[in-house]
Order: sequence, then structure tokens, then C-alpha cells
Amino acid sequence: MTRILIIGATSTIASHCARLWAAREAEIVLAGRNMSKLEAVAADLAARGAQRLTCHGLDVNDLAAQRLLMEAVFADGKTVDIALVAHGELPDEAACDADPGTASGHFTTNATSTIALVSTLAARLRAQGKGTIAVISSVAGDRGRASNAHYGAAKAAVSTFCDGLRARLSGSGVHVLTIKPGMVATPMTAHLDLPPLLVASPTRVARDICRAIDRKKATLYTPWWWGWIMFAIRLVPEPLFVRLKL
Amino acid sequence: MKHGLLSWGRYPATPQRARPVYWRDDIRQALFEAAKPTLPFGNGRAYGDGCYAPSGEVLHMRPADRFISADWQCGRLRAEAGITLAEILHLCVPRGWFLPVVPGTGLATLGGAIANDVHGKNHHRRGTFGCHTLSIDLIRSDSSNLTCSRSENAELFAATVGGLGLTGVIAAAEIQLMPIQSAAMATITQRFNRLEDFFALSSRLDGAHEYGVAWVDCMASGRNRGRGIYIAADHAGPGTQAHPARLALTVPFTPPVALINGLSTRAFNPLHWHLAPARERRAITHYAPYFHPLDRVLSWNRLYGRKGFQQFQCVLPDSTAQDGIAEILRAVSVSGLASFLTVLKRFGDMVSPGLLSFPIKGVTLAIDFAQADKPERALFPVLDAIVHRAGGRLYPAKDAHMPAAHFQSAYPHWRHVERMRDPAINSSLWERLTR
Repeated sequence: MTRILIIGATSTIASHCARLWAAREAEIVLAGRNMSKLEAVAADLAARGAQRLTCHGLDVNDLAAQRLLMEAVFADGKTVDIALVAHGELPDEAACDADPGTASGHFTTNATSTIALVSTLAARLRAQGKGTIAVISSVAGDRGRASNAHYGAAKAAVSTFCDGLRARLSGSGVHVLTIKPGMVATPMTAHLDLPPLLVASPTRVARDICRAIDRKKATLYTPWWWGWIMFAIRLVPEPLFVRLKL
Repeated sequence: MKHGLLSWGRYPATPQRARPVYWRDDIRQALFEAAKPTLPFGNGRAYGDGCYAPSGEVLHMRPADRFISADWQCGRLRAEAGITLAEILHLCVPRGWFLPVVPGTGLATLGGAIANDVHGKNHHRRGTFGCHTLSIDLIRSDSSNLTCSRSENAELFAATVGGLGLTGVIAAAEIQLMPIQSAAMATITQRFNRLEDFFALSSRLDGAHEYGVAWVDCMASGRNRGRGIYIAADHAGPGTQAHPARLALTVPFTPPVALINGLSTRAFNPLHWHLAPARERRAITHYAPYFHPLDRVLSWNRLYGRKGFQQFQCVLPDSTAQDGIAEILRAVSVSGLASFLTVLKRFGDMVSPGLLSFPIKGVTLAIDFAQADKPERALFPVLDAIVHRAGGRLYPAKDAHMPAAHFQSAYPHWRHVERMRDPAINSSLWERLTR
């Protein structure tokens, strides 16, 4: 039976991925901050066919809690086939500009905690000699933009770290997938005024992620056309780019 | 995502501000924070203004779409209100269970199916959705969270089934499923030449089959008036194989003019009728294309153009049905207005627990009209009068026009539901009908 670990399991994208894995009758370990929400997700997955479900409360910014989670997940020589790291938040850029504490707090949640978690996971999976670590980064990490400099910086750190780790782990049997979703209809974007045609459903994004994991893809843009959008955005010459205020 | 939500008919075109609800635990706060009066909104499959809040801000329930528990021994399922019926079927069918009542679209939500007490092609056997609803978790602005069923808070249960979302926010519900032996359907198709033939066919076949419904060529006149295609069906026996339809298509944008219009309908209707078999033809098909052929074309309502469309759905009691339906069809064909989708079905005598439930024993007729033709100007007053005279009534879930006086005399329990209404909730439809 496939055993799957999901960090940030109450996130909309993660729980939609979990639904697809539940339909494959996987064993799923859910970790997240809010225990009652985790249990709602677990009940849903149980109905959809997940064979075994465990919920762990986790504050990703608490390194001791991270270590306890890892010990519990890998106890008694148990292994993990897929680890999906999905936690994150969309900072209010103006609030980050105004308060260095807020800026650094968001960076810790979106980048530092992820890198710490993924490092530990990498060591565990290398020891077991198999498995996939899939990390939800963002298209925002591809180039710093005026509208989301703080968020983009954290996601750039995550993307870069994942790319490096994938290279480091090549040949070890462990695969690393960098996931770069565009705009997705989730609570994180609910308050934004986004163009409806560009906003993907979490169902579609989850389908792309599960397929990319199955196929051991290195980087996934989802929906796929974000790859081309970001390619174009990276090509814009700097003098023009700064004036566009994207 | 901030965009205006519209009803399925896209008429009246008053886009609603969405306040999305992702978790059951968040409903109470959303109800508290929303502009009042607000209204729970599912997946926007109500046709008229029944899903519009007077304040213009609705609680968008669709994101709360989790199963809560599933008992595959007894076929009992509990889920959050935002899950769609198609999603429920997708999970149930491989496990040998089916929704006992399935409306014409799988894209309605569980909460919407209860709030409108929807019916299906097997009303003559299974009644409405509310007949199979075991309990409802209701969140009201003026009380603690309630569980409503036939035995607990029974009065509120009766007001909530078919209660148009007015009695509180349906957070979750438990329903009873029915067992099936295959995902396939065994269908019998036969066209008929006159309205009388429909009544004869449905009298003969409805009793013997789980499902029965007819499509009517609403534009045919003279001796062809009332011609149509009757389809009866049953769930197929064990081992019968059928495959679901291919990929869904989508109408990505709203064309500036209605593509479903007099011209295309006049071309389609006779062709559709002539292609149907003159004698009984039996076939096997997958349940999805049988129940929801139109769901394959996502957002097909856009084909009616920017102005949208209205559906006129009435039910007439048996005693007046045959003459009344004939009179309606005559009035429609005289008006020259095109209708692409006209559906005729006989209702049975199963009584719903819901106070405002639409079906009564008799015959129901549903006709779609492009709003570009302004059907409410000349045609609807004529049709309303026929229905009123015949002792029938219109379906609030489809309505954007019915006269308040007709509603109040046809649904005598409306005052009772009004008394049970959550003070923080109202709908544009309700304001219009209870004024």
C-alpha cells in the first residue's frame, strides 16, 4: 500500500490531491495546524476510500514539533512513498513593508520552515532509498514582481532549494518535484480580484500534481500554460519590467 | 476569487458578491459578517432569482464539499452542503449505490437539492429528494446549531425541505441511497405523434419502469402539436457494461447573440423527432449520459447569449392535466416563441415532507425560452392564467416571473415558512412572491 505524508493537509490543493490518493486506497498521514479541520479532511478521505488515516497537529514554524512529527511518521521502520509539502500563506505586502517582524514571520512560514522540513524528509527518504518529495512552490518565485515581492522571495527560495536537492539526490532513488501553481481558487486567493479565466480549479491542479508525481517530473507548472507566461515574464527587459509594476 | 455569481438562467442579471464558505465551522461567522439579508448559494443551478440575496451578497457554499461519513452496508451518506450530486454518484456507483432522486443536472449541490426539494424522472416511484433526506444540519443566526429530521425539530425539517434556503444555512445532510447492480441503464425509446399518445404511453410504461420522461417538440403545430419522444429506463442488471461519456466540452464565453434561437430550434426540433424510433427501441447506456446529457457541455446556458433565458415549469393536477397541457402547447406555438428544451413528465402521489415542495400528483411541463424573446411580456401572462385556472402551480426553483398572488394561493404553507425564516436570510424571489 502506498503511504503518503501531507504537510499542510487542510490546504485546498493538498486536500484535493489527497482525494485522488484516497480513491487509490492509499494510507495517508495528515499534518496541519488546525486539528478540527484536519479531522474534517480525514473523514472526507475515509469516505473516499483511504485505507488508513492519521492526523498530527503541527505548527510548521516549531522545529521541535517538526522533529516529533518525523519520529512519529517514520517510527518502527515505516516508510513514506510520497511526501507533499503544501503549507503556506499569502502575506499582505503592505503589512510586510510596514513591519519587519511581519515580513520575517511570513518568510519563516513560507520558506525557512519548508526548507527545514524538506531537508529532514530528504534525509529520511534517502535512508529508505525511495520515494518522492513534492513541494508546492509558486510561479511567483520565478521573478520578483512589484505586487508580491515578499511572497515571491520566499517561493524563490523554496524553488531553488528543491532544484538543488533534486540534483543532490539524483541516483539515490529519491525524487524531488517542484510544483509551481498559477492562480488557483482557494481561501488564499478568495479576497483577490483575479481574472476568472486565469484562475484554475483546485481539482484540476491536484490532477496535474498527482500525474507529475507518478511521472517523476522535475518541475510542474499548473495549469501548464503558466510555464509559457512565466517564460515571457522572465524575458521582459529590466527597464521595462520595473515600469510594468506587475 | 471575487466575481459575480449568476443564476443558471442568467436572468435577472444581478451578479451576486460571493462570500466563500470553506469549512462548516466558518458558516456561523460568515452568516454574521455578510451583508443582510444574505442567502446560501450552491452551484448556481437555480434558474431565476431564487439564488439571489436582496443584499447582493451570498454565502457561497460550493467550496464546503466534503463527505462526513459513508456507511456502505446501509447506503447512508452524510456530506457537506456544497458537494454536487455528480460527485456523490461518482463515489457511490462503484460501491453499488445510487441517489434515489436525480434531477436533470448532476451539478446541483446537496444543499440546493434539499432547499428546492428537487425531483427526477422517477418521481412516480420515489417522490422528491426530501423523501430520502434523513437529517439536516442547520445553522441559524438566531439559535445554536440544530439537527433537523422527521423526529427532531420536525417542524423546521418540514420548512427546510423545499424551503428555498430561507430557514437557515444547510451545513450538511444525511441521505439514504438506493442499491443498484450496475452503472448501466436499460432504456426504451419511442416517439409519439400527439399529446394524447404521451398520456397513453406514460400510463402504460411509467408503472412498469423506474424512470419515465418525454421531450416535446414545442414548436410543432397543427396535427403535429404535442409530438415528442418518450424515454423509459431502469437500472440494468448485474454484469451489464456501459462506459461513461468522453471528455466534457465547455462554452468558454458568452456569445453576443443567442445561438439557441428560433432559427436553430426550428431546424433542430423536427430533426430530433424524426431521428427517434417510431417503435419501442431498447438500448443500454451509462448512467451519466442518460441522466445528465447536458452536463457534458459545461456552461451551456451561455448559448442563450448575454440576456440569458427563463424556464417555465408548471405542474397540473391529473384532472386538468391533459387539457391544460394542450392549451399551454397551443399558446406557445401560437406565440411563435422557440423552445429547444421542453420536458413532460407524470408525477406520482408520493408526498414530500417539505411544506413548499413543488410536485403534486399530476403532470409537469418545463419549457425554456430565450430572454431575447421577452417571454414575460405576452406569453407568460397567458400561460400563468392557464396554470392558475387548472389548479396547478409553478416551480420556484425555475422561476423569475410568477405573480405573487398565484404563488400565495398555490402554496398555502408559504406563511408558515415565512414564520420559520431566519431573520438574517432572504431571497430576491421570496421578497417578490411574498410582498
